[in-house]
Amino acid sequence: MDGTTKKHVSRSLAHIVLIVASFFFLIPFIWMVSTSLKPLDQVFTFPPEWIPKPVQWSNYIDAMNYIPFFTYLKNTVLITIFSTLGAVLSCPIVAYSFAKLKWPGRNILFIITIGVMMIPGQVTMIPLFLLFEKLGLVGTPYPLIIPAFFGIPFYIFLLRQFFMGLPDSLREAAKIDGAGEFRIYWQIMLPLAKPAVLAVGLFQFMASWTDFIGPLLYLTDSVQYTLSLGLQQFQSQKGSEWGLMMAVSTMMTVPVIILFFFLQKTFIKGITFSGIK
Amino acid sequence: MKSNPVNQTSTQNVPISTRRKNIVANLAEYKYGILFALPWILGLIIFYAIPLFSSIYFSFTTYSILQPGEFIGLQNYKDLFHDTLFWKSVYNTVYFAIFFVPLSIIFGVALAMMLNMKVKGMAIYRTIFFLPTLVPHVALAVLWMWLLNPGFGLVNGLLNMIGIEGPAWLGSETWSKPSLILMSLWGIGQAVVIYLAGLGDIPEDYYDAADVDGANWFQKTIHITLPLLTPVIFFNLVMGIIGAFQQFTLPYTLTQGQGTPANSLTFYVMYLYDNGFKFFKMGYASAMAWILFIIIMALTAIVFITSKRWVHYQGK
Repeated sequence: MDGTTKKHVSRSLAHIVLIVASFFFLIPFIWMVSTSLKPLDQVFTFPPEWIPKPVQWSNYIDAMNYIPFFTYLKNTVLITIFSTLGAVLSCPIVAYSFAKLKWPGRNILFIITIGVMMIPGQVTMIPLFLLFEKLGLVGTPYPLIIPAFFGIPFYIFLLRQFFMGLPDSLREAAKIDGAGEFRIYWQIMLPLAKPAVLAVGLFQFMASWTDFIGPLLYLTDSVQYTLSLGLQQFQSQKGSEWGLMMAVSTMMTVPVIILFFFLQKTFIKGITFSGIK
Repeated sequence: MKSNPVNQTSTQNVPISTRRKNIVANLAEYKYGILFALPWILGLIIFYAIPLFSSIYFSFTTYSILQPGEFIGLQNYKDLFHDTLFWKSVYNTVYFAIFFVPLSIIFGVALAMMLNMKVKGMAIYRTIFFLPTLVPHVALAVLWMWLLNPGFGLVNGLLNMIGIEGPAWLGSETWSKPSLILMSLWGIGQAVVIYLAGLGDIPEDYYDAADVDGANWFQKTIHITLPLLTPVIFFNLVMGIIGAFQQFTLPYTLTQGQGTPANSLTFYVMYLYDNGFKFFKMGYASAMAWILFIIIMALTAIVFITSKRWVHYQGK
């Protein structure tokens, strides 16, 4: 076998392995979409009907009427947008300070930041709930948004790693040109860290979009529910509306899939681990 | 920085004034450093330090939202020691972690290596492997209830075809936890993304050099890829342990908070949640949270201590 044939064979082999493995990961999605178009009596059958007959588009309309879909969608979008905004505003500037500016206590604080990543959320869950209760914010979406504006340790860590990889000379050159610290950050360093900021934004977007325990704790009034909480309403004592539930799930998942598909390369580029010590 | 006139006139003063200039410059940098980090310094205090320390205090009280609660010393911890459901939840959680964490590393690294190959259409493959993490948990739970249904589920149907009678999966005390491990392995997309990033950080030169030496794929994996991936494996190991001990959403939605059958899916955090927010025994739940924290810290410490032996950093 010459070089090119060998390359062709290994390429095809790679595709075969990937396609077979993909199949297992695709099942949930295909089933979700297929169920979203089925009448209830066709949902649980074996062997499964992958292509619904007839295709019941009305599930989508019915689902939007079964729960206050647009209210939940609006709540989810608002919480997701603001908490993502909070994370991408606060985390990069903190990370930049950890990576590029020298100040007393910086290293200790960074070690504490890594340590904080290891605190299980449940340890702080109850006191935080009580804090928000005292502030009168339980039953509002603010507890799901405000903390993001104060920085999230995992994202600060990721961004710091990225800033560490940018040369110091840029900062020095800008300083000689008379740029202030904030301008150096905002106009030079932050644009260079775009992949990392994007990765953090995407992480936070996905976490917030599908978050279950947060809304479960803090959103007490069903008018404020998010879609992931609303999904539960399709399961009830009287019986469950699987088709409708999957219609909403599909509508929830598709935007994130599109986002991931177009951003995955930058997303992965933005995560860097070189320089961890 | 304005230039100092003394600087130009007297050569003798240069070192001193430069030093002074440096001090001024350093002070300015201190100021901006702290200013830039301020959101997180406040966040650390408000959302982490204060809750952390107040939860120690709560764990020594009978606190609930309904009543202020009184100081009862170690009583909550003593009660936990005699609480059979607590021990059951510890057992379930440890069982899950022991199997899930190593499996997630093996599958995660293998998947990431596959997704790091240079073939066309990789964006599509990567999106497919990431899909399960994007599907809402409530929907995932329903999907798995169907896949693993003993009567009409896909898994037992396929097993039937090759003459094996499948177990009752989520309906069986013995098989409910393995089912959950299987389900969780499906959602390792996030870890895979982090491994992929780690693979991208390995310089191409190493592989080129190995090619010159005639190394095959297997040798390159063992001697280049895996050793240089160890910092990322280390990171995911620590995060994996933390995540495994915090398993909540999947078993909660799967059993609608019940942990059925026979509490075999009552995980530590589910029991903690029940105590805190269903029974309003917040002191008791805080004691549980602290025990969890101590377990996780101890495990993390062990991982850190052993890491010197197996984690390799580039250029060291």
